[in-house]
Amino acid sequence: MVYFLQQTLNALQLGSLYALIALGYTMVYGILRLINFAHGDLFMVGAFAAFGIAAWLGWPFVPTLLLSMAAVAALGVLIERLAYKPLRQAPKMSAVITALGVGIFLEHLMLVFNPYPRHMPELMPVHLWTVGRLSLSSHQVLIIGLSLVLMLILDWVVMRTKLGLAMRAIAWNGRIVPLMGVPVNRVISATFAMGAALGAAAGTLYAMAYPVIDPYMGVLVGWKAFIAAVVGGIGNVRGAVLGGFILAGVEIGVAAFLPTTYRDFISFGLLLVLLVVRPHGLLGRPRLEKV
Amino acid sequence: MSAKPPLLEVKDLAVSYGSLRAVKGISLEVHEGEIVTLMGANGAGKSSILSALSGLTPFQGTVRFDGQDLRRVPADRIVALGMAHVPEGRGIFGDLTVRENLRLATWIRHDREGIRADTERVLDRFPRLRDRLEQPGGTLSGGEQQMLAVARALMSRAKLLLLDEPSMGLSPVLVREIFGILQEINRQGVTLLLVEQNANMALRIASRGYVLETGQVAFSGASGDLRSDPRVRKAYLGG
Repeated sequence: MVYFLQQTLNALQLGSLYALIALGYTMVYGILRLINFAHGDLFMVGAFAAFGIAAWLGWPFVPTLLLSMAAVAALGVLIERLAYKPLRQAPKMSAVITALGVGIFLEHLMLVFNPYPRHMPELMPVHLWTVGRLSLSSHQVLIIGLSLVLMLILDWVVMRTKLGLAMRAIAWNGRIVPLMGVPVNRVISATFAMGAALGAAAGTLYAMAYPVIDPYMGVLVGWKAFIAAVVGGIGNVRGAVLGGFILAGVEIGVAAFLPTTYRDFISFGLLLVLLVVRPHGLLGRPRLEKV
Repeated sequence: MSAKPPLLEVKDLAVSYGSLRAVKGISLEVHEGEIVTLMGANGAGKSSILSALSGLTPFQGTVRFDGQDLRRVPADRIVALGMAHVPEGRGIFGDLTVRENLRLATWIRHDREGIRADTERVLDRFPRLRDRLEQPGGTLSGGEQQMLAVARALMSRAKLLLLDEPSMGLSPVLVREIFGILQEINRQGVTLLLVEQNANMALRIASRGYVLETGQVAFSGASGDLRSDPRVRKAYLGG
């Protein structure tokens, strides 16, 4: 029982991180029908930004997190403007291939400055609480709690604000959104900024939980978060969160009972089966047809 | 010559899609307070003209609206100048609720109280929308979607409404209801440019009309004259 609770905590921590990253994929896909394969690398840049701020400026956690999020948000907007916007009328495949290229570019740009893995300095002291034989670290509480807060803020923006309305309207039929007086390019920039900032938050928290970081750390984590977004129903914000927790639950569950080398094989196999059964993902739905 | 310049003045407007010339140099005027109709068969270029006017499609020629040259003005700024376009097929955002569809159209406005008052006003005009406020737009019937599209355009406080085939796919009873509402909106000071294939209904409420054929104005005139013109009768009014 204690073992089960302990593993649940681990799954919640990992799931929070997957969910934060998956949101970036799903938001961009929702409005542009573009799979932004560079997004996992934005998560990596977020981790390195936090590392740089902490190592060279010596800032504490909160300003480090905020500056990392702001810097990566700006980078996300810049990438969209320079690399994706010129291709908006081109076949979607061109933009997807460009995204892959941008990702490789970011990895190798980071590699120039960080040829060896870096060790993340401690941003805040870790407290360990034990209840019976269950142990809970302050980092776990922070990661799960902060992720939850960020997800609730995002959900509020998407469901309750005018910006969120505009994003959902673009997802439905972007061509006519300008007729509502909405500057579509600014909404797209805001979407990239928000997705990238969430990715950077995940990168910062990830580096705190697993403190050895390297320029390729975003590749596998990014793929997993992308799959989490697809499992939840890509384009659906709540689906991305659900997918993140499901993927982490399966991964931790498999690793708890079987050798860790089986982990990705079994969890990805299960997800493939799930997608055969529900090709639109868990919360995705074939959209309502217009009359 | 009337003393006041036209609200909308279009000269030699041309629209091309690649090598296809959809609109081949048309000129037209709409004065404040008028209802003007653009008629023509499918492919005559009606929708392309409206898309050009509202900034969705690049064009050649000049378009002046309310004294301002619209060349290179982006579509979202044109809405702010007071021109609203109710697009072909109504353009309702299907997974936004009726209330959210209305709210989105107030993007350019920041007067909270005014927005609330205008929302009440359009809901009074379209009571059926009030019953469906929290329902996704995609679940509305065709007639209700058309009402929502017009209501939404009114939320931007437009001086000129561009309407692209509001009668499309609606029963005759609904068409009469919608056209009645359009007339009422016009009486309250909103100018209308109405694109229609239903020439009968359009000429009944419009004061003037233009007949388009293959991207050009074939003829134009007062509604009464057009209705009795044998060419119009033959082609659009069923003989």
